[in-house]
Amino acid sequence: MSIWLQLIIALVAIAAGGWVFRFVGQKVTKDAPLYRDMPFGVAFGYVLGAALLVWLVSVYYVARTGEPAVANKYFFLRVAIEGFIGFAIIAYYFRLAGIYIGSEGSKKLFRSMPLTASFGIVTIIFYAFLAIFAGQISSLTIIVLAALGVPLCIYARVNFRADAAKSIVGVVSVTLIVFIVMYFVGPLAPYGQEEILGAANVVPGGDPAIGGNPDYPLGTDQIGRDILSRLIYGAQNTVGIAFATTVLAFLIGATLGFLAATIGGWLDQVISRAVDVLMAIPSLIFALLLMTIASVWAPELGIPLTYFMVLIIAVIDSTRVFRLARAVGLNIVVMDYIEAAKLRGEGMGYLIFREILPNATAPLLAEFGLRFCFVFLTIASLSFLGVGIQPPLADWGTMVKDLAQFINFAAFAPPVAAAPLLAAGAIALLTVAVNFVVDWMLHKSSGLKE
Amino acid sequence: MSESELLLKVRDLQIEGRSDEIWNPIINGASFDLKKGEVMGLIGESGAGKSTMGLAAMGYTRDGCRISGGTVEFDGIDLVNAPAAVKRSLLGKRIAYVAQSAAASFNPAHRLIDQHTEAPVQHKVSSKSDSEADGIELYRKLRLPNPDEIGFRYPHQVSGGQLQRAMTAMAMACRPDLIIFDEPTTALDVTTQIEVLASIREIVEEFDTAAIYITHDLAVVAQMADKIKVMLKGDEVEEAETREMLSTPKEDYTKSLWAVRSFQRPQKPAVHTSATPVISVQNVTAAYGKVSVLHDVSFDLHEGRTVAVVGESGSGKSTTARCITGLLPPKQGHIEYDGEILPLDYRKRSKTQLRQAQMIYQMADTALNPRKTIGELIGRPVQFYMGLTGKQKRRRVDQLLEEIELEPDTYYSRLPSELSGGQKQRIGIARALAAEPKFIICDEVTSALDQLVAEGILKLLAKLQDELGLTYMFITHDLATVKSIADEVVVMKDGRVVEQGPKHDMFKPPHHAYTDLLLSSVPEMDPDWLTNLLNERGVDNIGDAAVGKM
Repeated sequence: MSIWLQLIIALVAIAAGGWVFRFVGQKVTKDAPLYRDMPFGVAFGYVLGAALLVWLVSVYYVARTGEPAVANKYFFLRVAIEGFIGFAIIAYYFRLAGIYIGSEGSKKLFRSMPLTASFGIVTIIFYAFLAIFAGQISSLTIIVLAALGVPLCIYARVNFRADAAKSIVGVVSVTLIVFIVMYFVGPLAPYGQEEILGAANVVPGGDPAIGGNPDYPLGTDQIGRDILSRLIYGAQNTVGIAFATTVLAFLIGATLGFLAATIGGWLDQVISRAVDVLMAIPSLIFALLLMTIASVWAPELGIPLTYFMVLIIAVIDSTRVFRLARAVGLNIVVMDYIEAAKLRGEGMGYLIFREILPNATAPLLAEFGLRFCFVFLTIASLSFLGVGIQPPLADWGTMVKDLAQFINFAAFAPPVAAAPLLAAGAIALLTVAVNFVVDWMLHKSSGLKE
Repeated sequence: MSESELLLKVRDLQIEGRSDEIWNPIINGASFDLKKGEVMGLIGESGAGKSTMGLAAMGYTRDGCRISGGTVEFDGIDLVNAPAAVKRSLLGKRIAYVAQSAAASFNPAHRLIDQHTEAPVQHKVSSKSDSEADGIELYRKLRLPNPDEIGFRYPHQVSGGQLQRAMTAMAMACRPDLIIFDEPTTALDVTTQIEVLASIREIVEEFDTAAIYITHDLAVVAQMADKIKVMLKGDEVEEAETREMLSTPKEDYTKSLWAVRSFQRPQKPAVHTSATPVISVQNVTAAYGKVSVLHDVSFDLHEGRTVAVVGESGSGKSTTARCITGLLPPKQGHIEYDGEILPLDYRKRSKTQLRQAQMIYQMADTALNPRKTIGELIGRPVQFYMGLTGKQKRRRVDQLLEEIELEPDTYYSRLPSELSGGQKQRIGIARALAAEPKFIICDEVTSALDQLVAEGILKLLAKLQDELGLTYMFITHDLATVKSIADEVVVMKDGRVVEQGPKHDMFKPPHHAYTDLLLSSVPEMDPDWLTNLLNERGVDNIGDAAVGKM
């Protein structure tokens, strides 16, 4: 029986199921509006969803219990399902904790938080934690933090409302405690990111029977560096650099965008046309080109290539930020309150930072999340192509590239193929998490109800 | 009333809206009957549930609302529990809806006639070509100019009043039994409004259509409706025949609505001709690019007086204000403040010059930065002009809040979105007062407000003028407002001053022809007013048609 015939039979069965589902629903509930006004397409959708769920459960069952030959086929699906359920549970408990712990404001925030956003926040906190504590933190960091935090607490106690001061003190003390604890716990990564250990190509999973080693739970790469350590250091390098780049892109783009919107006239024309020119060039190819030039300059000037990369990607991405900031700014500039401020005699700085910016935060924040993902992916792409973050620094894009050929083993030796997918999964997970959080923020600030 | 005549029967209708995860009541039990061909006026303030009720009469609620009790029976069909298919077959065919803003309700990507024919074709009432011909016939009946061609234009090519009539024609396309008019003339000028009113009334009578006419303007509803129902915060207040309701309102709330139009300030004595005016507009001619909008405009504003600038939209009222504030530097002429010539561009004016002339805007929603608290909004000019900070600033803001009759402790840290429309407008006034100006421009400050609230604002402005000796330039198109607050009136048309003088002279004949038209177009509470006016002048001598003849 051909695959097409199977597909057609399945679709016809689901279509019939949809009709029966609606009919039975109407009879059983005695024409409740939900079933009575349900279009056939919706009924079809319900049954299709149910069928997919049944298929997933059956596949998962096979993957858990079947012979290795069959189970291996569904290995990654099994991991995905387990991961999905695991993350959902973590997100649920995180939200539950937020509802009962914290100030009134934060409790209210958690109550209105969807599970996706909760998952996103947990993931981002986890990544940040990995990035900060990948290596041994110096005692200087703790001293600096304490030197900044204690005056802040005192200032908040004197000048802020009681509950606001309380939450600031809470945040500062929790941060300090975490840093002090982590100082004694030591680095999260078991080995250094550049450390070459004995065995190369140790299979992930730590099972000696199939070529693993419990010392290296996620295996080692082609020249024998511990993949787990490199993943953790990768968080520091990739995420940190992406964050810095995005912030820089926003500083450039938003400032120019608001200036263009407020002043208008020839300044607007000049900046906008310059941005058009930059945007006309495909961004990845443009970045590649500039990086190639920079890689010649960098050694001559004695500046690390990474600084050039941050600047190049920031400038290219700031064009998109400029477009958004200018469009949002133009809508705000025509408001009467801007006219009132102008007539009051306010200067440009007040207009941009005190009148326009507070009203543009929601779209800019959403764009920040998306932009962060794009920057992050661009860095990974550049590293994959060999011009991004340079070895021996650990970077997820480079890790995917180095281990890419193992993907061929996916069908019969899933643990071997997992090596490159670990870094790829780390990239994907962060991108999804950031988008979930941004979606939620946008939904909140747009004032949509349910 | 025999049962067969009954078209719409609403009994104990309750509607709830969802916010912050709880259902709050919007309508708490309303009942009424509507016979075939009968027009019912539904009046109340904003937030009274008028529009929600109008939509519920079609068996429809907005997203986030639900009908939680009661029945709506249209011609024997229970609309609350009717299946979606039954409702679909009724809406547009037997029940039609005319929205408040025709400009926002027409799809800008399609021609008027294509949108007109959609419902008849969809409901298989007539073919596309038949309904097109019928549409042109309806346009003619509604006295739209060039009825043969106007339907082939896009919505943006047609004026607001014409669009509103085109929408009425569209609602008529299937000859429905019931039309719901949701504030169809609220956004229109008086001279345009009168035309739309006359055409709606005529066509509703001709086709014997029942209608629910929702509005907050009593004088309008008096012309249109056979009976009136008054609503307040989701409760029914009173329902009676129009004449009975107008002559003998029973409830206190209804009486207070009726009394709104009686607020009137005593006329102040004439000023000495030798006195230096606070603001003097002298021979101002201005243009946006190449389009000239003001021609040789001159008038004076004297201390402690209110000068009302009246005219339709597009007559140059607001442009005059922009010239005075310096947002639009005039091409010719100049503005004098206390005998001293002001720089034309606001950027060249000193802080003191800017401080002396303040502005209050029409839409308080866009005039107050939504991200700033009341304290910040009022505190900024206090700090900026007076240099007060910390406790002194707070004390001054509290004082200003007391002046506009808002409790300082309650409102200081609120955001504009947490205030009602009238309160927002008061904050706008306080912000202007914070600069301690001599002269305030009020640009249509009451036109977005309900009548009772608007009256409160007018009284507040009058009180402040008496206390602080302020001079107002009051831009408005509402002659009732002019009657209540102005000392002097300037009538503008097409960027020219048509007539000016003290108020008592302006409201007495003889008038300039345009002033006369404006005055005669203001609806009065007399239910026969429109009929009399039409008999007296003829349909072609009212509204825009008459303006065109001048």
